[in-house]
Amino acid sequence: MTLQLKVSLWRGAETGRYQVFSIPQRENQTVLDVVTYVQRHLDPSLSYRFACRVGVCGSCAMTVNGRPRWTCRTHVSKVVRNGGLKIGPLENLPVIKDLATDMTRFFEKWRDARGAFIPTKTRHDETEAITPDSPARRAANAAIECINCGVCHAACDTVRWNESYLGPAALNRAWTLVNDVRDGGHRERLEAVAANGGCHTCHSHQSCQEYCPLALNPTASIAGLKRRTAQAWLKGEISARGRESTA
Amino acid sequence: MNVSLYVWQRATAAVMAPMILAHVVVIFYATRHGVTAADILARTCGNIGWGAFYALFVVAASIHAAIGMRNIVAEWSPLDDRGAGIAALIVGFVLLGLGLRAVAAVTLP
Repeated sequence: MTLQLKVSLWRGAETGRYQVFSIPQRENQTVLDVVTYVQRHLDPSLSYRFACRVGVCGSCAMTVNGRPRWTCRTHVSKVVRNGGLKIGPLENLPVIKDLATDMTRFFEKWRDARGAFIPTKTRHDETEAITPDSPARRAANAAIECINCGVCHAACDTVRWNESYLGPAALNRAWTLVNDVRDGGHRERLEAVAANGGCHTCHSHQSCQEYCPLALNPTASIAGLKRRTAQAWLKGEISARGRESTA
Repeated sequence: MNVSLYVWQRATAAVMAPMILAHVVVIFYATRHGVTAADILARTCGNIGWGAFYALFVVAASIHAAIGMRNIVAEWSPLDDRGAGIAALIVGFVLLGLGLRAVAAVTLP
């Protein structure tokens, strides 16, 4: 007889309820497999989001038994509790429907933290030589693998309390660019993350690094931004109201 | 919190840390040597050094606490940043007034 897994899935948007399904338990089964089974065999109206299924795209993150995770890289056997799973949408983001969240504000914060690279050269210039073991490059490399899955954003208490806080993902991205010698937007970026809602809003609870599926440490990136912005402000290089004055 | 508030809060903490240590050392000295309240007042009244020491501490503590209160109010109350800033200013001035009043009471001749 096939073992059955009891799965509670969030149904609805901001208001809704958990609906319980019973699905066959397999020896090798990810949480994404579970959600997909429900949608394909039990209720085709279930909404969720995924793309690559192998931990590259960052689109399938959900709250699994109270913890934000990539569902594609989470084996049921590792997280099942009392023969069941409780799967909800990521927290700290508006719910569109069921398990799919609206990531708009998440990416707007990325933009507000000046997360876009500002080139300083053209195709006609020499390629910039970057020394891999320089301190700046090491700092950038430590944070660069983020794929914007939103797990850290969902895990962050400060994001939950303060809507204006840019959040760990956007600030982690800013830190990689602050350490990129090829970038031409350093002053604007430091001003953006030094204003209200920026890096100094972080309480260093470290949930972001605790839950990051890639074992990155956005808290360390934010601490780096705190130091760098404080130095720049003391030297008079940036204003403390950068993002507010340009918003 | 922005970078200027962050630097002010850290800087005032750095000022207060050694002063708190000195304060604790003085408390231990006073209790272990049986120094009475009258003895303490006799030493502090008219002493510019103790007056300046505690006045600086009060100023640093008022700034530090007001910035901390501002963060708490901004995160946990319905007030916006401006409202939290006004509330913090009030807290800071109340602490400053009460603290300087206490310093004056024990150091003015």
